[in-house]
Amino acid sequence: QHLYASDVQLELATGTRATNQAHANKTLAEALNDLQQRFGIQFSYKADVAENLQLKVPSSLAGEKNADVVLRAVLEPAGLTYKKVDAVYIIQKAAPAAAPASSPVRERKSAKSQTNVTVTGKVTDETGTGLPGVTVVLQGTTRGTSTDASGNFSLSVPEQGAVLVFSYIGYTTQQVQVGNQRTLNVTLGQDAEALQEVVVVGYGTQRKSDITGSVTAVSEEEFVKGQVTTPEQLIQGKVAGVQITSNGGAPGSGSTIRIRGGASLFASNDPLIVIDGVPVANSSVSGAANPLSFINPDDIASFNVLKDASATAIYGSRASNGVIIITTKKGEAGKKIAVNFTTQHSIATVPNTIDVLNGDEFRALVTEKGTDAQKALLGGENTDWQDLIFRNAYTTDNNLSLSGTYKFLPYRVSLGYLNQDGVLKTSNFKRGSVGVNLSPTFLDDHLTANVNFRGAKTKSVFANEGAIGSAIIFDPTQPVYNNGESFGGYFQWEDADGWNTLAPANPLSMLYQRDDSGEVNRWLGNVQLDYKFHFLPELKANLNIGTDRSDSDGSTITAADYAPNNWGVETISRYAQKKENNLFDFYLNYQKEFGTGSSRVDATAGYSFQEFISEAPDFAFQDTEGNTLGEEPDFIPAYSQVRLKSYFGRLNYTLLDRYIFTGTVRYDGSSRFSEDNRWGVFPALAFAWRISEEVFLKNLTAVSDLKLRVGYGITGQQDIGPEFPYLARYTRGDNTAQYQFGNTFYPTFRAEGYDTGIKWEETTTYNAGLDFGFANNRVTGSLDYFFKDTKDLLAEINVAAGTNLTNRLFTNVGNMETQGFEAAVNFTAIDNEKLTWNIGLNGTYINQEITNLSKVENPDFAGYDIGGITGGTGNTIQKYRVGYAPFAYYVYKQVYDADGKPIEGLYADLNGDGVISPEDKYLYKKPAASFNLGFNTQLSYGKWDLSTVLRGNFNNYVYNNVYSNLGARQSYSFSGYLNNVSRNVLETDFERYQYFSDYYIENASFLRMDNLTLGYTFDRLFNDKVGLRVTANAQNLFVITNYNGLDPEVFSGIDYTLYPRPRIFTLGLNVNL
Amino acid sequence: CEQNLDITPKYDVVSDKVYQDFNNYKPILAKLYAGYAVTGQQGPAGRPDIGGIDEGFSNYLRQYWQAQELTTDEAVISWNDGNLRDLHDMDWTSGNEFLRALYDRIFYQVSLTNEFIRETSDDKLDSRGITGANLETARQFHAEARFLRALSYWHALDLYGNVPFVTDEDEVGFFLPEQTTRTDLFNYIVDELQKIEGQLVDARQNEYGRADKAAAWTLLTKLYLNAEVYTGEAKYDEAAAYAKKVIDAGYTLEEDYDNLFLADNNNSSEIIFAITFDGTRTTTWGGMTYLVHAPVGGSMNASEFGINGGWAGLRTTKTFVNKFEDISGTTDDRANFYTNGQELEINDLFTFTDGYAIEKWRNVTSTGEVGSDAAGDHPDTDFPMFRLADVYLMYAEAVKRGGSGDQALALQLVNDLRGRAFLDPADGQISQGQLTLDFILDERARELYWEAHRRTDLIRFNKFTSDSYVWPWKGAVKEGRGVEEYHILFPLPATDLTANPNLDQNPGYTR
Repeated sequence: QHLYASDVQLELATGTRATNQAHANKTLAEALNDLQQRFGIQFSYKADVAENLQLKVPSSLAGEKNADVVLRAVLEPAGLTYKKVDAVYIIQKAAPAAAPASSPVRERKSAKSQTNVTVTGKVTDETGTGLPGVTVVLQGTTRGTSTDASGNFSLSVPEQGAVLVFSYIGYTTQQVQVGNQRTLNVTLGQDAEALQEVVVVGYGTQRKSDITGSVTAVSEEEFVKGQVTTPEQLIQGKVAGVQITSNGGAPGSGSTIRIRGGASLFASNDPLIVIDGVPVANSSVSGAANPLSFINPDDIASFNVLKDASATAIYGSRASNGVIIITTKKGEAGKKIAVNFTTQHSIATVPNTIDVLNGDEFRALVTEKGTDAQKALLGGENTDWQDLIFRNAYTTDNNLSLSGTYKFLPYRVSLGYLNQDGVLKTSNFKRGSVGVNLSPTFLDDHLTANVNFRGAKTKSVFANEGAIGSAIIFDPTQPVYNNGESFGGYFQWEDADGWNTLAPANPLSMLYQRDDSGEVNRWLGNVQLDYKFHFLPELKANLNIGTDRSDSDGSTITAADYAPNNWGVETISRYAQKKENNLFDFYLNYQKEFGTGSSRVDATAGYSFQEFISEAPDFAFQDTEGNTLGEEPDFIPAYSQVRLKSYFGRLNYTLLDRYIFTGTVRYDGSSRFSEDNRWGVFPALAFAWRISEEVFLKNLTAVSDLKLRVGYGITGQQDIGPEFPYLARYTRGDNTAQYQFGNTFYPTFRAEGYDTGIKWEETTTYNAGLDFGFANNRVTGSLDYFFKDTKDLLAEINVAAGTNLTNRLFTNVGNMETQGFEAAVNFTAIDNEKLTWNIGLNGTYINQEITNLSKVENPDFAGYDIGGITGGTGNTIQKYRVGYAPFAYYVYKQVYDADGKPIEGLYADLNGDGVISPEDKYLYKKPAASFNLGFNTQLSYGKWDLSTVLRGNFNNYVYNNVYSNLGARQSYSFSGYLNNVSRNVLETDFERYQYFSDYYIENASFLRMDNLTLGYTFDRLFNDKVGLRVTANAQNLFVITNYNGLDPEVFSGIDYTLYPRPRIFTLGLNVNL
Repeated sequence: CEQNLDITPKYDVVSDKVYQDFNNYKPILAKLYAGYAVTGQQGPAGRPDIGGIDEGFSNYLRQYWQAQELTTDEAVISWNDGNLRDLHDMDWTSGNEFLRALYDRIFYQVSLTNEFIRETSDDKLDSRGITGANLETARQFHAEARFLRALSYWHALDLYGNVPFVTDEDEVGFFLPEQTTRTDLFNYIVDELQKIEGQLVDARQNEYGRADKAAAWTLLTKLYLNAEVYTGEAKYDEAAAYAKKVIDAGYTLEEDYDNLFLADNNNSSEIIFAITFDGTRTTTWGGMTYLVHAPVGGSMNASEFGINGGWAGLRTTKTFVNKFEDISGTTDDRANFYTNGQELEINDLFTFTDGYAIEKWRNVTSTGEVGSDAAGDHPDTDFPMFRLADVYLMYAEAVKRGGSGDQALALQLVNDLRGRAFLDPADGQISQGQLTLDFILDERARELYWEAHRRTDLIRFNKFTSDSYVWPWKGAVKEGRGVEEYHILFPLPATDLTANPNLDQNPGYTR
């Protein structure tokens, strides 16, 4: 027979302060404070949990050294339960709907007046695993029990009208009408909210309620589903202010991540990515398409995105572009072994191809408008080159994980195997990965160790993406193969002298006569030790030692008879690279509550050192027999080394649970700068006011949460290309750039340009935000306004001619302003035992403007040409100019005839000098969207669930480089070969290329359905032993846009990235044992 | 681990150490010369010296050549690259990236040479213990660096006129140099060349590729011959005098004109100063790679040029073609036109077959061997920046313009050149009466076309901008037209006007 928790509460509520020998009564706050002192552990709980609640603390446990034993003994009788998330104990009501303490007597009476029956059953999670420790309470009473190790329970309830409330930390609470049932099997869904109670911030965790900065946490349940092969795709479209644009459809390829648009022009705009406390370099790894691709997305537990300076300032000089903290999954303490196996199988298809003329149409056009010489080149075929180079591609992704606790050792071990074919023929990405997490505690829970190891071996076959460019322009009237022996049997354009070097190569020959593949072994490991001082448990010392290493090698082999191979032998070009990133972090953390919940201090101070080394040896270019072709290299490796050293501190002070102050400072040193400029101070201040905790709102049930945040901070940036930009130095030239004196060739020594005064780029960020929750948090969300001013912008600018040892140099110059507005709303539309429906919506408005670009201010400065296009050599279409957004297009204003048809070569004479010259170009539109939208919704009905993610960009413009480069009949005017044209030529009838016409700048606003998932969770199978879930998923299902090109989502704004984002259909199976 | 932030590069040499070791001096000097040939520390591209433009485009010789040739009757190009067409259209602006690249290259050479000159002063050499034979060699290097600086400053003087002025007195950093006038710059260059004249190695006595006294004399000849353009004051006496020094220095005309432009032209005793290239060791996408590939297209056979394919870019106008009475090459060997499938008239600048092609530069030796690059990309051919024939013609011109010299010798020198060129030497000979200034200009075209002299010559003869002498597509119209006179100077790039507010734009340009 179970004890009723209500017995305890009744006593407390009636004011009996029992002081017998068995236990002492304390408020929750007092009790936890004691425990915190005693065990040095950190607690988190919602204020309403603590209200009026008194706990019995059995004195028999005074000497108990295991915190879990004490906690259970104290909390469980009070209907409370706890969960350990990232070293914080979250206390929550086991039965939130339990009776208010004000009416226990009546409840008890009514319970007594009825006949009781016993209900038994089993509580499982979504995967069918039995959930131990779930609190089961009779609604309206405090009568309850908890499930055993297998998830089974048994409870005596009134015969009529009984409603059982099932609750468990981290899961959504469910109410079930008992009715006539005597057996109740219940599945609890995970509750993302609850896990967010504690937020991982830099160097530690914070209660969500205490967060003063703009931070968004995304946990596993909210991740994007389907064929996600690289980590960042897990949160695509999920976080306001974060734009993740995949870099095309190649297997394993990465994404461009921008948090609030980035803050730099020439320096990196990539956010800092921290994996289990180890900041990783986001620079490319040779032989891998994407530096993050070595992490198996299945191993990731959560993402925390730190957006404003008050949140990121703890990372000081690397925080200007935001921080993404990735936490991997760990074994759960006290849980027996759980086995999880997932397998996913996908087919990727090419949704659409570039609209070029087919063979018949092209023949007709050339026959009508071409010269005799051109007509003579026409062939008789109808070859669809794009169709020939693409395929439907199969991918399999399998993950096996074992987790639990072996004796004292919580562990999680995972194995992953991904084999992904790309839709472009021959492309392939394979990844084998292993992950190990161990999180034991020692010294009576005073010492917690966290050991992480992630290893991956990736093998990539990089199909020659040039084949796509070739396929769209290659003459569709020509055959794929020639009849002769030349060029390996592939048709190629020939001139008097063999292959016509100016002509495109046969697309299929580019795929099959060139083998470019790379292999990378990479591992990231860290050991984090967290020690609570025995004499002062409020004080913790944390040591984190980590390393991230990669070892790549690869080669490109070109067939001897491949047309562009001029050597006449099979050639091999090898590369290799070793990268190393070593981290040493140490910090002290002190947490103390003063008074009873009146104020709280959480202080952190630490030191960090990190070193990045990269070394790539030099290889000779050889034939496959090992003979060097061309000049033997000097075999001096490419080497880079950067060190960062930092001291940091953070003080969080919470007053009356309502007023929260955070001050952060980081003092950063970088080996990139000279001794005089090496160190920078990056401070931040923030204040949050939890308005909902104020008396005037506290009793307003409609408002469950309301928090105002304001923050200010300065962050830095040092991630520019060169490692020693301040240092006068000489570099040795390669043997291919020697100079001849007499009969001897001398390798050269070059004096490098430098700026002794180069220093940190600084971004000042102001942020004001509001977090809200209404109607018992059925509606939650946040609003943020931000303003970023980057000064001393590290920019590569033209130095005054003759003054330095190059014409352009990285120096601190210029300013840029970014402002924007973010909103995120999550809404639980329906929530009952059968049907739940959640809707999430986020939107971001961003506006960026360059405010200065030169050392000496000059409003007339024409700016810097950027944005190289395809067509001609060195042609650019964009500009950095003061007063405009970065990457604004620099074009001629097209003049149209009465029918709206562009008049070839006729542009507006904008400066009115009577001639059309480059001075008539103007700045027009920009590639970055002014407005980004993310929408996701999940619907679950019984065992079925359906979810989708949509994403939209608005007011983003793209230069349709495919149209401009295939947009004129000039395409087939080159001597000796014909190039196809886009169908657009039939509209414009352009004879000559009009690369710089604003006609090609198109509004590329779009709405894309990224993801649609349907899932079904089976009842437990095989005697309750096996949980099973199947999913069907489609990615990139549709795009709504007016853009004429292949895909409107082009990060650079210059659309010649042709590798189509595939449409992927996936079937998945998830098995739990 | 070691946690010190004071780290230095592993493979680079920190500047304050590099000059301690005399072995480093020659590689540094090699870079000063290589600055005209290659674009960076990795051939043919990679680790570029200057940025902001496609690396192949950034090549010094390529842009110098384009500025001197594409702007004239000698060359047109069919490519659609950026504002490249503006060079022949003569409507360039201060935003022209090619003119900017050339300007940046010139001042890159100025900076690089300044650094070396500063670090090899007698004081510095002494403080580093450089003595004996090393000291002598270092002083020669020092003088050569000053020659190279003078050479680039001459390019600046000729092309841009009023430019910022920086010498080895200025330390590397961020300062704003003052603008110099054309006259002051002229005087400075002349003064420099005269100062180093004694320190340079005697004519024809230095290693191939390095400058000697004759290189300095040739440059002085060019400066004096154009002095009236540069300063308003004629200096034809001096021009003739320095030309004579070169003529007397022992150089001899190459027997076969065509051999001057082949892969083994490094053997020629006519070349006074060359920019050297090599198919595997001195490689670039500019320089001779450009000059050999870009003129090949249409039905031309690339293998005859020793390359893997043509780039179908450069041709010439009929104005130039018409300077030859017989374009077949059978009377005058210098008429190296390729006409098969090419039209004389240029109806469309962007069609390679419009305009006759020119077969001058080749990556084939005088004995028919193909150059050393097995892939056929990069030629071994060197660029003769100064050669004897040019000096002959300058002497003749200086004398014709009133410089004190020998009229008979002037005629003799011109007839020597024509004697070499004409299959029957007697056919080409002219009389003293025929040797007019206009004849010399045309003869310079026939002899020196596509060797980066034409723009300077046309300006000196007042034919560059005027409507009295036009060629197809001059001023962007098919039949050609005159343009405003201010075009004789290129604009200072907008980028430098922004970087350095001490600068005023050349007259005529709006910004």
